[in-house]
Amino acid sequence: MSAPSTTTIPSTLQQIKALVAACLCAVVLQSVLATPVQAADELRSVVVADPYLELRTGPGRGYPIFHVVDRGESVQIVMQRTSWYLVRSDRGKEGWVERAQMEKTLQPDGQQVSFAAASIEDFTNAKWETGVLAGDFGGANIVSLYGSYSLNPNIAVEFWGSQILGNFSNGWMASFNVVHEAFPEWRVSPFFTLGAGAIYTKPKSTIIQGADRTDQIGHVGAGFRVYATRRFLLRAEYKSYVVFTSRDENEEVEEWKVGFAFFF
Amino acid sequence: MESRFRVLFLIVAMISLSGCAATKNLFGFGNKEAPPPSAQAPGQVIDPEVDRREIKEPKIDREDFEVGAYAGIMSIEDFGSNVSYGLRIAYHITEGFFMEATVGQSDGGLTSFEVLSGGARLITDSERTLTYYNLNVGYNILPGEVFLGEGRAYNTNLYLIAGLGSTTFAGDDRFTVNFGAGYRFLLNDSVALHLDFRDHLFDIDLLGEEKTAHNLESHLGVTVFF
Repeated sequence: MSAPSTTTIPSTLQQIKALVAACLCAVVLQSVLATPVQAADELRSVVVADPYLELRTGPGRGYPIFHVVDRGESVQIVMQRTSWYLVRSDRGKEGWVERAQMEKTLQPDGQQVSFAAASIEDFTNAKWETGVLAGDFGGANIVSLYGSYSLNPNIAVEFWGSQILGNFSNGWMASFNVVHEAFPEWRVSPFFTLGAGAIYTKPKSTIIQGADRTDQIGHVGAGFRVYATRRFLLRAEYKSYVVFTSRDENEEVEEWKVGFAFFF
Repeated sequence: MESRFRVLFLIVAMISLSGCAATKNLFGFGNKEAPPPSAQAPGQVIDPEVDRREIKEPKIDREDFEVGAYAGIMSIEDFGSNVSYGLRIAYHITEGFFMEATVGQSDGGLTSFEVLSGGARLITDSERTLTYYNLNVGYNILPGEVFLGEGRAYNTNLYLIAGLGSTTFAGDDRFTVNFGAGYRFLLNDSVALHLDFRDHLFDIDLLGEEKTAHNLESHLGVTVFF
């Protein structure tokens, strides 16, 4: 930005140039000044508040401590794996620190940092859940994968995909259901479920008779979700299916399944 | 037809009966506001001026997922050994436990019967392609470190896996149980090499009588954490 001449009034073009230059300066200055502020916002850096922070060679309890960072020094958090944090010290040493020790660090401005682990409250309140169950479907083996979305702690909607592997026929099943939990805050939480879907059945290649078919299904069921640890839960359920066949009589199938899931 | 209506009515009944307490906030209705704070008690002399400290949760790059590919050899019982390859994804729940999904493919050769009889074929060529998927639970049983020379150390894990899935082979989908052990060698904090040995068990009645076939697979793979 050159100083305007004392004899001539600056032209509009010069004014614009000055404006553009001022804007550029502002942008550059802001980006230079804003970077550390932004970094503090994202909290990639924490200050050791305990006498020392122990850095281990691997993300597990058995790995040896190879370096300690003293109180008052800061470390950068590189990443997290399960309940372990990879940190880099000011001297460039990288190592893994467990959550319990990270909890005792502070923000650069002296405030507390939260490294909250998933808990039973998340088990009750988490929105999304996915899991795998296996069991018995009317005498055949069944392997199922599901995804669930909670509308509130009591009601969730779920989508299931299953493969059925029997002695005489194989098949696929897709269904959509609503789950109601009366006591979602209990560690062992019972639920009721209702849903509908479709089943595709294909007789085995060694069976001569029978053709492929697709039928609608409806089901009602009940079961338990059991909080295990961290983001992990066990699930067991019973469902009674009605298969709306094109024949005169509908089929009824009972299903028992157990499996595990995690929420996020 | 009647049963369909029965299920429809059941769904309607369940949603309406599932409890007003549960449904009142479903669509944002209901009283969400806390009751207004009551007026200051007459006996209170000191007005506390302590700010509630804001506790921030840092945004940290979580690397709990592991994806990768592998290639190796699979021995299909009665059908010889062939190249196999596949993809895997794992989610690490704790430092010990992980969930893993794999999909893979291999090819079956000729059985001794087919070789000796000359032209007779038990299954078609397309039925000889074996594909599988498995959903497993894994446990890192022996975590450790290895040292290459004086200056290099690498983290390793010996893990066990077991799980269920399905194998498509000889014209049918077959319920499959698989288990095995693997060795994870971490090149750095995000990239790992794997060496795995697994046994896939399924029932097959192609050669006259029903039997449980053991299909051993060993493979080498690379994974990336993200």
